Amino acid sequence: MADPPGAVGRPLPRSGARRLAFGRGTYTDDLRFPGLLHLAFVRSPHAHARIVKINPGPALAAVPGARVFTGADIARVCTPWQGLMDNLPTMVSPPQHAVAVDRAVWQGEPVAAVVAASRAEAEDAAAGVVVEWEPLPAAAVRDRTLDEDAAPVHPELGSNLSYAAAIRAGDAEAALAGAAHVVEGDFSFARHTGVPLEPRAVIADYDPGEGRLTVHGGHQAPWHQQDTLSRHLGIPEHLVRVVTPDIGGGFGIKLHIYGEEIAVSAVSKLLGRPVKYVADRLESFVSDVQARDQRVSARLGVGEDGGIRGLSVDALSSLGAYGSYGRPPINEGMMTITMAGGPYANEHYEGRLRVAFQNKPPSGMYRAVGQPIACAVTEQLLDRAAHAAGIDPVDMRRRNYWTDEACPVRTPGGIGIGRLSLRACLDRLAAMMDYGALRAEQAALRGRGIHRGIGVATFLEMTSIGPERYGPAGARISTQDGATVRLEPSGAVRCVTSVIEIGQGTHSALAQIVADRLGVAPQDVAVVGGDTSLTPHGGGAWASRGLTIGGEAVWRAAQGLRENILELAGSILQADPADLDLAGGAVSDRATGEARIALAEIGRIGHFRHDTLPPGVQPELAVTRHYVPDAVPFALANGVQGSWLEVDPETGEVRLLEHWVVEDCGRIVNPLLVEEQIRGGVVQGIGGALFEECRHDEEGQMLNATFADYLVPMAAEMPDIHVGHVETPLEGTALGTKGAGEAGTVGAPAAVLLAVNDALRPLGAQVDSLPITPESILHALAAGA
Amino acid sequence: MQEFIDIALTVNGEPVSRRVEARQHLVDFLRNELGLTGSHLGCEHGVCGACTVRVDGAVVRGCLMLAVQADGADVWTVEGLSDSGGIADLQEAFIARNALQCGYCTPGMLLTAAEMLEAGRRMTRTEIRAFLSGNFCRCTGYHAIVDAIGTVMERRFGG
Repeated sequence: MADPPGAVGRPLPRSGARRLAFGRGTYTDDLRFPGLLHLAFVRSPHAHARIVKINPGPALAAVPGARVFTGADIARVCTPWQGLMDNLPTMVSPPQHAVAVDRAVWQGEPVAAVVAASRAEAEDAAAGVVVEWEPLPAAAVRDRTLDEDAAPVHPELGSNLSYAAAIRAGDAEAALAGAAHVVEGDFSFARHTGVPLEPRAVIADYDPGEGRLTVHGGHQAPWHQQDTLSRHLGIPEHLVRVVTPDIGGGFGIKLHIYGEEIAVSAVSKLLGRPVKYVADRLESFVSDVQARDQRVSARLGVGEDGGIRGLSVDALSSLGAYGSYGRPPINEGMMTITMAGGPYANEHYEGRLRVAFQNKPPSGMYRAVGQPIACAVTEQLLDRAAHAAGIDPVDMRRRNYWTDEACPVRTPGGIGIGRLSLRACLDRLAAMMDYGALRAEQAALRGRGIHRGIGVATFLEMTSIGPERYGPAGARISTQDGATVRLEPSGAVRCVTSVIEIGQGTHSALAQIVADRLGVAPQDVAVVGGDTSLTPHGGGAWASRGLTIGGEAVWRAAQGLRENILELAGSILQADPADLDLAGGAVSDRATGEARIALAEIGRIGHFRHDTLPPGVQPELAVTRHYVPDAVPFALANGVQGSWLEVDPETGEVRLLEHWVVEDCGRIVNPLLVEEQIRGGVVQGIGGALFEECRHDEEGQMLNATFADYLVPMAAEMPDIHVGHVETPLEGTALGTKGAGEAGTVGAPAAVLLAVNDALRPLGAQVDSLPITPESILHALAAGA
Repeated sequence: MQEFIDIALTVNGEPVSRRVEARQHLVDFLRNELGLTGSHLGCEHGVCGACTVRVDGAVVRGCLMLAVQADGADVWTVEGLSDSGGIADLQEAFIARNALQCGYCTPGMLLTAAEMLEAGRRMTRTEIRAFLSGNFCRCTGYHAIVDAIGTVMERRFGG
């Protein structure tokens, strides 16, 4: 059912932006509590070591009144957790304590919590805690983690292998053997992290009188946090409340269960006082989840016509010392082998995955989870095959896409594809780039010794994951969302949603949806959320699910309220509700459009003048609805990205000139929000392609844990990014949206990698490792010369 | 070991006197002592720019300056510049262009942009990007921020 022309589809500015632009945002560290204590952690300086003894004496002498809690102290009130999944019986993962007990398994793991009256004093005291260590050998080199002689990360497991999987469809080996051209790559994707500008922060406030725990913190999945706190601290769930204030970026990093956050609640429970912890940047680099970190060997075979014959992908995916709790920790690798080759028609596929532990910070889900790897491997091999077969790369893609006639189809990797718009996106992108002219310019410049490259990469973006994946896993994380929409006495509207706003602007888009259903202006709708004790239960902000799942719930709640308003109006006006409509802030006559009674009157009568209503009429001016995806297991968005850049063979530097994206995220509720999600995602993808890497030495010491050393994309190095749209509404939903938050990050590394290699190809060089650095380009040129 | 020093300065146009810890940096002072939480901390290394404030007419990294160094200074934060209307056109342009998402970098970004405008002329996109290169934004990818600042330059200094 389509809405009449209204707020949906318009590029309206975000309602919350004004507050933030005036410096009036309230992030966790901005909250003030009477009696607040501050917590600092003592962290392991070793990637692997036994804790022989912890002596808090000097700390207590330095800061009288400070309190020190060891891992054992915390463990008395907090049980450990284990990142296992019911549907992955062969996956192993050891129990993890909030604060290390006996043994630390990564550099930066918390080993004691220190509480004092101010943060500075807590840090003073933490510096005084003396830990006696017995260093142990560490497994910290990804490609050697599974060697026979590798140091065991968790000796009780007997191996560093957490999980292994294989996917086979058809006969990839035979298909490759019979292919006219077989190309290959040995790719490396560095470990990196999400780097939200606001570090993780939490304030836990345990009220011993009522046995209630209230936690304020920038969490992307507060219900997951609530469930974890309840079960591991032994507090009944209805007495645990998680409140999310403004959140300074998440990108998956704030999605996870962290020992620090849980320990802060444990200490608050032990002391009966509010306790705050805010990570500093160094702590963020050694304790935020890290992602990617894969080595992928892959081969692609094509016929003389350029048609794909077979694909083989072998991935070694590295976790840190632990995987994420409550979510499948192997997803980075699984996404690589399930999504590889996804956009292209193929029958013969083999995907192999091994997932290994290392003595590094825990691994978790970061924007786009594994898909940038699948995309980069597939697209780079396709470019190589195009070159081998003498076919233009854009034409190569057009020849190989799944055709509309072939869909719906299940890819050899196991991804169900409904309706996509691959060709339409590619045609649009080629037009936006003026692809033919760009190739001509590239050729002309090569003649003058200027080496520019073009990369065109197709991507699929798996969004809004439904219950088929998380349910059987036993994950205590909902794939449903809920909303209450209610009419206030004045005729204004409130929408209480489980959707978590982390800057993506979803709350604004929800107001647009409600506005259209109720015939009011978006500014007459206030959207509130972020309190697990007040809103319907939901999943949180991940997998680009806010609008596609939470928006659908809001649409249904607003639709329900619409029906109730019309029914009440029918009683008041003695009219058939079917003859009434909502428009312009009033109940109107459906046939003539004439206003019959203002919503303000409905609100007044429905809330205050029940005495005037016919007997038996019970106004219901608040409606709650939930939505869990039932039409498809996930919403699959698609698109194409193009990169135009210049490589300086003398210095190895890459200069990004321009970037294009055509994206199909289904129906667009607010193009202003979608386009900035795309652009932001592209730049994070470029970060992974050219800059970002958590560098560790062979002992597992992180070498670049500051903003001065861990490079992130800054304004001067980034190109302008042009965004175009194709809209293929998702079937089976009222709104027809698909997620858009990860598209940029999925496709940008591939586009940049392909463009760099396109520039290097005439020089006989190629790079297969991300991030691509000036050094790696110079090495490749030296090897190719 | 704590050492305290008396300071007197002007913050957002109002006189302020406090006894501060010698080791406290300016943004901790503004946030924790004065409740001006619009200035943020992202790295405390002077790299990310989230703590950018204006001191005696020039933008500085509030995390690299001690509160005691601001004794006698004229300090402006996003709160004061919002109240004075001094950056109103920039704020409106950021809002209209959706040049902020999580908003954590935005106060620093606005103060840097305000300093850019003091040059009194339009700049190319490349120049704007170069000027912003000390302010990290993880959300937007910068394009919209460059657009917003360019719009304000056009309005202030003509087409």
